[in-house]
Amino acid sequence: MDIFLQQVLNGLVLGSVYALVALGYTMVYGILGLINFAHGEVVMIGAMVALTVMNALLGAAVGLPPSLVLALATATAIAVCMALAFSIERVAYRPLRRAPRLAPLITAIGMSILLQNLAMMIWGRQYRTFPSVIPVTPHSIGGASITDVQIVIIVVSAAIMAGLLLLVQYTRLGRAMRATAENPTVAGLMGVNINRIISATFVIGAALAAVAGVLVAANYSIAHYSMGFMLGLKAFTAAVLGGIGNLAGAMLGGLLLGLIESIGAGYISDVSGGFFGSHYQDVFAFLVLVLVLVFRPTGIMGERVAERA
Amino acid sequence: MNLLELKSLKVAYGGINAVKGVDLRVGAGEMVALIGANGAGKTSTLKAICGMLHHGGRVLYRGEDVSNQPSHELVARGLAMVPEGRGVFGRLTVAENLEMGAYIRRDARAIRDDMDHVYKLFPRLAERRRQTAGTLSGGEQQMLAIGRALMSQPKLLLLDEPSMGLAPMMVEKIFEVVRQVSAEGVTVLLVEQNAKLALEAANRGYVMESGEITLTDDARALLDNPQVRQAYLGE
Ligand SMILES: Nc1ncnc2c1ncn2[C@@H]1O[C@H](COP(=O)(O)OP(=O)(O)OP(=O)(O)O)[C@@H](O)[C@H]1O
Ligand SMILES: [Mg+2]
Repeated sequence: MDIFLQQVLNGLVLGSVYALVALGYTMVYGILGLINFAHGEVVMIGAMVALTVMNALLGAAVGLPPSLVLALATATAIAVCMALAFSIERVAYRPLRRAPRLAPLITAIGMSILLQNLAMMIWGRQYRTFPSVIPVTPHSIGGASITDVQIVIIVVSAAIMAGLLLLVQYTRLGRAMRATAENPTVAGLMGVNINRIISATFVIGAALAAVAGVLVAANYSIAHYSMGFMLGLKAFTAAVLGGIGNLAGAMLGGLLLGLIESIGAGYISDVSGGFFGSHYQDVFAFLVLVLVLVFRPTGIMGERVAERA
Repeated sequence: MNLLELKSLKVAYGGINAVKGVDLRVGAGEMVALIGANGAGKTSTLKAICGMLHHGGRVLYRGEDVSNQPSHELVARGLAMVPEGRGVFGRLTVAENLEMGAYIRRDARAIRDDMDHVYKLFPRLAERRRQTAGTLSGGEQQMLAIGRALMSQPKLLLLDEPSMGLAPMMVEKIFEVVRQVSAEGVTVLLVEQNAKLALEAANRGYVMESGEITLTDDARALLDNPQVRQAYLGE
């Protein structure tokens, strides 16, 4: 088996999910300058809602095809997450729009804790098994193996990201989002209802987060109330790596971070003479975060942070 | 008929009163100039009119009280503003900036016609339509800001110092277009530090000093007014 190719494939799978989640961070930051730390929890809620819907549908034994079950569950997760993100913005962030920047940041962290606890109360403390409706049979390509779930993750993520880029680049809404990110006051003078654009930004990010939640849970066949925390931090790292505020940057940062982690985890044991095992994988993300913040705080494609500072 | 009427308009920043009870009116089809020195409160007045600043007193637009309405609602009623410093979207292309100007409109074909009209007014924008606005020169950005405002098909156009920082040739060109727009029937409220230019273009004028209107008259009369000549025309 080709270990390097295998790690690249794993990295792409991981990175696709990071990218989807990172987009949510970066879009909100681009418009509000706010780091929405509750975003990781939206991913988790997406996974949990999908899990509940799937169990209900499969339990009802109506004999729906598995792919339809997954599609219905994902659609429900998307709807719930969109409504959730819309409410979070209205209730927690909008009242603080003019407050010093620390206030919404602390509120975001509070919201994250609140959602985790809420999820724990609803779905319990234990790890929940995510029904495997996509076959996990591995295919082999060039000496490495990839499962159907992983193929779905890569394809779905790529399609969604392409769709988002098209939306932002070529639609009236996308143009208004870019204009608002650049200068909300003048966007208002053009007739843009800025509050609507901000809501739309949260809601779109949440839809991506819901899909990401379903994909991760399907990949590991597991969901847990705390699963959004680490994933959120990593995706945030990816957004910073790519240049926060920049959409293409978030995608690139996500993929890069996935590759760094995966390849790093594959070789860390060899390099350190067996001293560190592959469970040190998480270290890489934060090493990357620290290095980027020290040496290139604007990230790979970013300029915004420097402009604002 | 008055298109715009300010009744005892007041703006304060914290404890500082920037506009202290301004009465002003702009008749339909008129071009009115608002002149005054740095810090007189001209920009604050315009910002209050178009919903960018909270204000006291009243703003009547087409006879209706629109005080403290958000900007985006006023645009839909035909009020467009070219802000001080132009405020073009630097990351958007020239064409996209113009499309933003037409944000409230849905008539795709008419929008395209208006865009062609703007390109005709400012051929330099046509050559640069795919370029991001941030790469334009100051004068080109001013053209874009005016063109963008026209894309909303305004009834009332507010212009905040369109001549600021521009070379004389460019100022000429900009004012030529402002006069043309006015001749096409758009009502204009023009804020300028270049008093001569503004009064030569306008029907009537107001002189503002430390947040208050100190003088108002026909533009011609103001040009001949000794006080104005001394304070604003450098004579
Ligand atoms: N955001 C603000 N915060 C505090 N004070 C302000 C603010 N904006 C304007 N001012 C003050 O309000 C007064 C009027 O300012 P304004 O910008 O309306 O003047 P102006 O007539 O447009 O001047 P200029 O010709 O220099 O553009 C000034 O004293 C200014 O310092
Ligand atoms: Mg001013």
